[in-house]
Amino acid sequence: MKTLMTGNEAIARGAYEYGVRLAAAYPGTPSTEILENLAKYPDIYSQWSPNEKVAMEVGIGAAIAGARTLVTMKMVGLNVAADPLFTAAYTGVRSGLVIVSADDPGMHSSQNEQDNRHYAAFAKVPMLEPSDSQEAKEMVGLALEISERFDTPVILRTTTRIAHSQSLVELNQPGERPLKPYAKDARKYVMIPAHGRARRLVVEERLQRLVEYAEGVSVNRMELRDREIGIITSGISYQYIREALPNVSVLKLGLTHPLPPQLIRDFASQVQKLYVVEELEPYLEKEIRALGIGVTGKELFPPYGEFSARLVKEKITEASQAKAVPFEAPVRPPVMCPGCPHRGLFYTLKQLKLVVSGDIGCYTLGTMAPLEAMDTCICMGASISGALGMEKAQPDLAEKVVSVIGDSTFLHSGITGLMDVVYNGGHSTVLILDNSITAMTGHQDNPGTGKTLMGKPAPKVDFAALARAVGVQRVSVVDPFDLEHSKEVIKAEVATKEPSVIISRRPCALIIKTHEPPVEVHDCTGCKMCLKLGCPALSFNEEKKTIQVDGALCTGCGLCVNVCKFNALRKAGVN
Amino acid sequence: MANNMNILLVGVGGQGTILASKILTYAALSQGYAVKMSEIHGMAQRGGSVVTQVRLGEHIDSPVIDEGEADMIVAFEQLEAYRWAHYLKGGGVLIVNTQKIVPLPVLIGLAVYPDNIIHRLREKVSRVVEVDGLRLAAEAGNARATNVVLVGILARFMDFPQEVWQEALKARIPEKLLELNKKAFTLGYDYPGVVAI
Repeated sequence: MKTLMTGNEAIARGAYEYGVRLAAAYPGTPSTEILENLAKYPDIYSQWSPNEKVAMEVGIGAAIAGARTLVTMKMVGLNVAADPLFTAAYTGVRSGLVIVSADDPGMHSSQNEQDNRHYAAFAKVPMLEPSDSQEAKEMVGLALEISERFDTPVILRTTTRIAHSQSLVELNQPGERPLKPYAKDARKYVMIPAHGRARRLVVEERLQRLVEYAEGVSVNRMELRDREIGIITSGISYQYIREALPNVSVLKLGLTHPLPPQLIRDFASQVQKLYVVEELEPYLEKEIRALGIGVTGKELFPPYGEFSARLVKEKITEASQAKAVPFEAPVRPPVMCPGCPHRGLFYTLKQLKLVVSGDIGCYTLGTMAPLEAMDTCICMGASISGALGMEKAQPDLAEKVVSVIGDSTFLHSGITGLMDVVYNGGHSTVLILDNSITAMTGHQDNPGTGKTLMGKPAPKVDFAALARAVGVQRVSVVDPFDLEHSKEVIKAEVATKEPSVIISRRPCALIIKTHEPPVEVHDCTGCKMCLKLGCPALSFNEEKKTIQVDGALCTGCGLCVNVCKFNALRKAGVN
Repeated sequence: MANNMNILLVGVGGQGTILASKILTYAALSQGYAVKMSEIHGMAQRGGSVVTQVRLGEHIDSPVIDEGEADMIVAFEQLEAYRWAHYLKGGGVLIVNTQKIVPLPVLIGLAVYPDNIIHRLREKVSRVVEVDGLRLAAEAGNARATNVVLVGILARFMDFPQEVWQEALKARIPEKLLELNKKAFTLGYDYPGVVAI
């Protein structure tokens, strides 16, 4: 039976068919749906971890304990999880361990465009790259097989177009879910230097065996057609080449670390002109050149952004096609939803003209007009530690800087920064935006929500108690819709010369099932003050010269009612 | 269908483009076509511009449609039709729902929503179907069924038998909303504006 599946669904299906017993992840686009789908298979234990490093360590533990294991993350998540990965490459595994790294060429929803293929070479672990959903599924099986045969973690690297594109997948019955018996082996799993030095040699010897394996594995295949042009490629680029230039010869690499030198030489010798087509960095290209083989790659193709069939055709045939000129359309950026609790808070931060050290989540949209209340956003957790650096470097900033971080991001890597603020005598004010969910990636549970990925009830982290426990004396809770109170508390805490935490608490508007009736407009003066909130439900009617409320969008949150100085905006039924 | 067919569904997060594409791909698969579909989500619920790309035919490689390569564009909103129109092939069909959803930069006065979009589209695109999908959906019983009205119009340009669409609706729409959506589909399918082009 064949079904249309995204790459992410196919990877989950692969885990189900090929005997995975445990899966762990932290959500991150474009990887999130793998575990969301895996949680539908009750035979597999799957969990959200507070961050990718924790997920990786849970995965390594499970593989050492004897279970086939899957760990998934977006590409920047592997930065967080790199530490355990690099040493797990030395210890090896007992049962298969597959790590999915979902990269994001084009930066559809990421803060950078790093090419995680380098991690495979850096950590000295094998890597597979699928070109469609069927391959994504099968490569979970192959990765587990390689992992067990060579005693190593294996990276399965996808990109957004693989993760989020649907193609047909043949479904098979699941195999067994074996659990190997555990046995202590300190020389292999306790990485003190003496043991590590021995394992270091194993890693090198393993890589040599993997090179031999790469020469013959079926996912590395030569497709010889017209010999005039030969292209070496992997991942989604393969599809673009087949679409654009169906007659050229292709060396399609599915196992892209380590590479098969003999196969590459062989292919190069059979074609007249050799190209390499790969999105992002010249990863394959450098390796091919290091073999002494002349190849054309990044002279033609950009090291950034996504490719397309058209780009491949234009660059290789040097024939540019006439392009239709697009109309000039105003952008439609993502915005904070109507009723979003973050809006009130950012409105207040803007009014107070504070320096805002930001973080990763829906609330990063606070940088957009009209709120524009954010100064920095680097990575998960950087808001708190970054603010400490700012105030230590520029003492004037101590009276002005606040850090803003969501509940899930705080648990991911904000808590360590908060300890740093307390320990090193920072004065900054930390705002934890607790909307009771991991919202940006599509509403996943986390240790603060009281529920697990598999739907079981769980204890909830008490943010106030946690802040006090690390030594924050001043902890307060505000409702971001209560603008006056929030403003007072923020002003007072910023002025205090000691660390403080303000928990801004209100659930995400999208997880609340029932909303208030839409706000009403009475005798509007047209001052447009409420438009400064940037609410998609409010607009100015140029003919009537008054504000109008889109009743289909308005959640009746009443934030605009609080901002209106003329009592023109009113909660439904209030005079 | 001799050649591959490329269809773009464009709209605003929350308008139901994804359900529309699921009905379309179900129908195409049951007709024995190879299908690939690509969408960028993650921001879909935040009111941003969304696009779903559907390709079907005997054999499909790339899941992505290049500029100037779409046989049809189904635009759920006027400005999105305007934004994506250059993806249409010469002679391609552009179905435009006349609904306007004003983006935030326009709401707060930083940009202007273009005037006479449909008129300007007609100047460049020979086959434009203009439809007040919201009105037809309301007629069917619920304005939220606009996406299925648009699928009904799209169906007029495909050579799938009626039963295939009915099966697809049944497979993709919850039982209690099925009758309403079947009505919405028919209102789209029989829409007089289609005949004119």
